Amino acid sequence: MNAHSKDCASVRERSSLRGGGVRRAPVIIIGAGHAGLAMSRCLTERSIDHVVLERGEVANSWRHERWDSLRLLTPNWLTRLPGWRYRGSDPDGFMSASEVTGVIDRYATLVGAPVQIGTTVERVEPAEGGYLIRTDRGPWHARCVVLASGAFQLPNVPAASSAVPEPVQQFTAKDYRNPGQLPDGGVLVVGASATGLQLAEEIHRSGRPVTLSVGEHVRMPRTYRGLDIQYWLKSTGLLDESWRTVDDIVRARRVPSPQLVGTPEGKSLDLNALSDQGIALVGRLAGISSGRVHFSGGLKNHCTMADLKQNRLLGSIDEYAESTGLTPAIGAKARFEPTRVPDSPRLQIALGGGEVRSIVWATGLRPDYSWLRVPVFDPRGRLKHEGGVIAAPGLYTLGLNFMRRRKSSFIHGAADDARDLSGHLATYLAGSRMPLAEAV
Amino acid sequence: MNMQTETSTQTDNGVNVDALLGAREALTEAPAAAQFRWKATSKWMNGTHTRSACRGFFGLGEDQSHKTEFTFDTDHPEVFASEDNGATPVEMVLVGLAGCLTAGIATVAQNRDIQLNSVTASIEGSMDLAGILGIDGDVRNGFDDVQVNFEVDADAPREDIEALVAQSQKRSAVYDIITNPTNVSVNVK
Repeated sequence: MNAHSKDCASVRERSSLRGGGVRRAPVIIIGAGHAGLAMSRCLTERSIDHVVLERGEVANSWRHERWDSLRLLTPNWLTRLPGWRYRGSDPDGFMSASEVTGVIDRYATLVGAPVQIGTTVERVEPAEGGYLIRTDRGPWHARCVVLASGAFQLPNVPAASSAVPEPVQQFTAKDYRNPGQLPDGGVLVVGASATGLQLAEEIHRSGRPVTLSVGEHVRMPRTYRGLDIQYWLKSTGLLDESWRTVDDIVRARRVPSPQLVGTPEGKSLDLNALSDQGIALVGRLAGISSGRVHFSGGLKNHCTMADLKQNRLLGSIDEYAESTGLTPAIGAKARFEPTRVPDSPRLQIALGGGEVRSIVWATGLRPDYSWLRVPVFDPRGRLKHEGGVIAAPGLYTLGLNFMRRRKSSFIHGAADDARDLSGHLATYLAGSRMPLAEAV
Repeated sequence: MNMQTETSTQTDNGVNVDALLGAREALTEAPAAAQFRWKATSKWMNGTHTRSACRGFFGLGEDQSHKTEFTFDTDHPEVFASEDNGATPVEMVLVGLAGCLTAGIATVAQNRDIQLNSVTASIEGSMDLAGILGIDGDVRNGFDDVQVNFEVDADAPREDIEALVAQSQKRSAVYDIITNPTNVSVNVK
């Protein structure tokens, strides 16, 4: 953290010069993760003065809130930020959480981000000429606020979890670290995204028999025709597909992460691989009553839909390969075995019976905006924004699923999004003639 | 674009997709209007024979009505020593599933510009009578398995037809009712 002491000192110096209770900056960025720092870099390029407030340390979530074995779903060559790209010796590898922490930490230094660490934002509210940002280290006033505090802060645990009987321990993707945390015995993993599949596999390998509850999911091979799937997603333009043109953006933003894992051997991870290892598949968790967990009888259709979608994706990749003349240089076309679904997947498990000792909720994460006291939420509590431009002047967000592009929630997605939004923000600041009150 | 427009005006499965998409948009803005209550009444005739009827329902914020009252006789077959005045109630469930999935296929096909020529289905629900007869407490009363087999003749490749059938399940009320638990309260006045 010494790397940032100079910046922090300048922040303190400025605040003491201003005196009084409320410090001022044209722009406050909340969160010093990859997205907040990308925005910081873009604002610096535009000579827009700003401060980055960080509740913990730089890359805090990557340091403290990831499971031990987690690696990025994107290869190193694709992991980039404004003014930085991977130059290491393993472009096809996948970074671990601690490697990502290192990258973000060094990036903060590289771009000279004015980060004030150890500062928790407690409330953001409208104020004359902008916003008042209350923190545990005093208030700030800013004309613009960029919410870069992370899209994956609160676990989406279904309400049914409150009906889980006491002896069964519950974990989420947020507090799970490794199988050793879990009690011995059976484990129910709920959710079939990248997270659910990765956790199911490593927990099952630890000798705890896993049942995996599978709802809507996205099946994707790690490599296709000899190249990483992310190469294809990028070159066919899918990663850059715009929120303006995609069919049904509301739905697109809810799509779970594709069933991928980043391993040195570049293996694929799908439900068939898990079935081969002895993991039992059941349908979507439908509810819990009288100590029994119920699963939907619709498992087969969820798997059929994912198989059909995967084949459509591979079909569009084949077309692209054909049209660009890549075909002779790469592997042959292939279609993968359809997902094998048991004839009669179990529809319920008695939780008191000792078969399931713990439940891991891999049911997604959402941002935490509990501190945002600005009326910018829809009736279901979701942030109202147009491609990251929030429905209140001068407010922006970053890092959300499909925020401006399909890749928005990935590290490399923040680069383009931060560039776009910093342009919008600069225009807003330049055009904004609102008088700034002397005192807030 | 012209090609597409032309195709979409030619595809006619008899479903007014524009109206449905309009309703989707309107009900997104007015969630209260999306609250529906479906209703049926029934009257015991004799033996295992019951006559049920559907006419009114509630939705879009007010009472609604079918054009006419529809009646349905349910009974048990002669092998159960009944008079067989109608389909069994469990067959009515299969009828509901067939109707719901097929309506979904027609709607999704219209929306995806796929002309249907014919859609037929055979549906089977298997059941161990040891449940309802109380012979074995471990056997459930209801179906232990339901198989739906569609034959769809449409101007589209097989994968697109499979996707139609999959999407119709995803958006089917009866499919959801059968595959997921529902709270049911049965009261006596």
